[in-house]
Amino acid sequence: MIQVHNLSKTYNNGVKVLNVETLEIPKGQSFGLVGNNGAGKTTFFSLLLDLIQPSSGHITNNNVQVNTSEAWKPFTAAFIDESFLIGYLTAEEYFYFIGELRGQNKADVDALLAKHEEFFNGEILKSKKYLRDLSKGNMKKVGIIAALIGKPEVVILDEPFANLDPTTVNRLKKIIKELADDANTTVLVSSHDLAHTVEVCNRIVALNKGEIVKDIQTSPETLKELEAFFAV
Amino acid sequence: MFKHFIWLEWKSFFRSASFGSNLAMKIIMGLVALYFLACFAILGVTVFFILKKEGLEPLATINKFMIYYFVFDLVIRYFMQKMPVMNIRPLLTLPIKKGTIVHFSLGKTALSFFNWTHALFFIPFTVVLLMNGYGYQAILWNIAMFSLVYFNNFINVLINNKNAVFYSVLAVFVGLALTQYYKIFDITTYTQPFFQGMYSTNYLFLLPIILLVLSYYFSFQFFKNRLNLDEGLAKKSEVAQTENYTWLEQFGTLGTFLKNDIRLLRRNKRSKTTLIMSFVFIFYGLLFFTGSVDAYNNPAMKVFAGIFVSGGFLFTFGQFIPSWDSAYYQLLMSQNIPYKEYIKSKWWLMVIGTAISTIIASFYLYFGLHTYLIIVVAAIFNIGVNSHLVMLAGAFVKTPIDLTTSKQAFGDKQAFNVKTLLISLPKMLVPMALYAAGYYLFSPNIGLLFVALAGVIGFMFRDFMFSKIEKIYKSEKYATIAAYKQKN
Repeated sequence: MIQVHNLSKTYNNGVKVLNVETLEIPKGQSFGLVGNNGAGKTTFFSLLLDLIQPSSGHITNNNVQVNTSEAWKPFTAAFIDESFLIGYLTAEEYFYFIGELRGQNKADVDALLAKHEEFFNGEILKSKKYLRDLSKGNMKKVGIIAALIGKPEVVILDEPFANLDPTTVNRLKKIIKELADDANTTVLVSSHDLAHTVEVCNRIVALNKGEIVKDIQTSPETLKELEAFFAV
Repeated sequence: MFKHFIWLEWKSFFRSASFGSNLAMKIIMGLVALYFLACFAILGVTVFFILKKEGLEPLATINKFMIYYFVFDLVIRYFMQKMPVMNIRPLLTLPIKKGTIVHFSLGKTALSFFNWTHALFFIPFTVVLLMNGYGYQAILWNIAMFSLVYFNNFINVLINNKNAVFYSVLAVFVGLALTQYYKIFDITTYTQPFFQGMYSTNYLFLLPIILLVLSYYFSFQFFKNRLNLDEGLAKKSEVAQTENYTWLEQFGTLGTFLKNDIRLLRRNKRSKTTLIMSFVFIFYGLLFFTGSVDAYNNPAMKVFAGIFVSGGFLFTFGQFIPSWDSAYYQLLMSQNIPYKEYIKSKWWLMVIGTAISTIIASFYLYFGLHTYLIIVVAAIFNIGVNSHLVMLAGAFVKTPIDLTTSKQAFGDKQAFNVKTLLISLPKMLVPMALYAAGYYLFSPNIGLLFVALAGVIGFMFRDFMFSKIEKIYKSEKYATIAAYKQKN
């Protein structure tokens, strides 16, 4: 589904923040990206979404080269951070807005929201609050569910577990696992939390200073292996 | 401690996003600023002689209108002056005494543009007074006036965001001004002796100083007692309403964007300021069409007025497309967004704004049909030509907009208004020249026709311009995203 060819990102000051020679993520995989701060996780996702320009190489998403064509947009959805939310809308208005851009009608969006009612924990829908006034955790919940609108084939979530309470983390894991089980959906998740990532992903790639340092299929030993790798 | 604060301010000023714009722009802005400063200073010097020539006692006349001067100053401050509140959040948990933080924040307001511009008028005026034998009391008067300027500064701190207080005070003074205009009751007969007293007595100037000290004391206490995240520094959140605008759905994606833009305009402080400003622009034409200013009393200037009357919204809103969406630009760029529909929705919004302004401006019919027709053809020109130019220029403006503060519109760090002015000039000059050409070569009606025709021709290039703008959006995409990420 996603192919990376000689991708690198160097900033003006000469610092190379990402350097991935080749990476192939097949369709339907649930792909976990782990690494310390500055390892290049968000940079990779930003490149995948064509939000920054690669210094060399390119990424193709379903055979569409992302930095030259925009044809990847209809089947790709992402939530990177709060800048993906529109602060002056209520949660419902935001969902419908995204829905309309993704060719979904109100009923489709309502069905999706009803399915995830438990995840919202009664604090988001009909809360009479604009998104800018929600707490960080609740903002994240809105962003994650919005990324699922319209059954995208590629779902990208940057640090989805951060800022969430323990109950919501478990509910989110359930949601991601469900996506992972769908052979049509490719899920990309990044996290600092090794245990969470191992639990929901069937493949894990560790980045360090922009380079891929581990690429493993998840097995019962994966967590130990990763913990050993990141141990001081 | 203050040394650290000043260091912080220095950094925040020179590292702000807008300061990094190119050198040429900085120089031009500097020159424009100098020009305005010079205007003020010249006014300060010459007003004495102008009044004298009119046979009026200069100081007494100035004192007569001082009350309105200060009320007007307060109004301007209320709408424009930034409160130094949000940027002290990070200091709260550091080992700094609360009192120090408050002193610094208040001290910072004292250095604001809204205070020192007054010096440009008062100091030259006082110097002229001294040279004309008004004696040392002129200095006392000057001190008193400055105390009042700063008194206003701290009063503004106290009443900031207290709409009820502010609007009732404003209503009282508008009422007073009206009663004075119709010669029913003249407040200045009571206030003039007070201001005159600053000069004629040796002690009355102490009163403004006492007022200043008191206002400082109270705003200090006010701030200090509310230096908590849930009180003075709290972000205000309002009760959200859901508006569906289902009738817009028939327009497809265009409707989706329009819906969002209407919500953007209605729910954010910053955009509301824009709406108010565009409403004020409608009345700008009164200066021109009443013939009250001689310099404006010629055909070309009337078209100038028409452009502003009908296009106030178009200019104030249009210049920041796509910056209005800066907060969530990354989202838009990763969604399946047809740029053309996006641009079109903004364009329609400007068209609607222009149409509404033109309809409200129908009261100009009072000055004759031709006057109103000037506004109508200016509206046509605005829609046909200026809407594209504004968006074209806006595509290069990479200043992120903070929708939640209204003060940014004239923020001291971002001289938007000057930039706007520079970009706006050609947009005025073309229709002015066209009308003047028709007016002098043929007849006034031919002049109108020329302007309208230019608008219609411009409209025919709409889709071409849209694709040009789209190309800019695409080629500037990465730079724009990077610039919007940098928040003030």
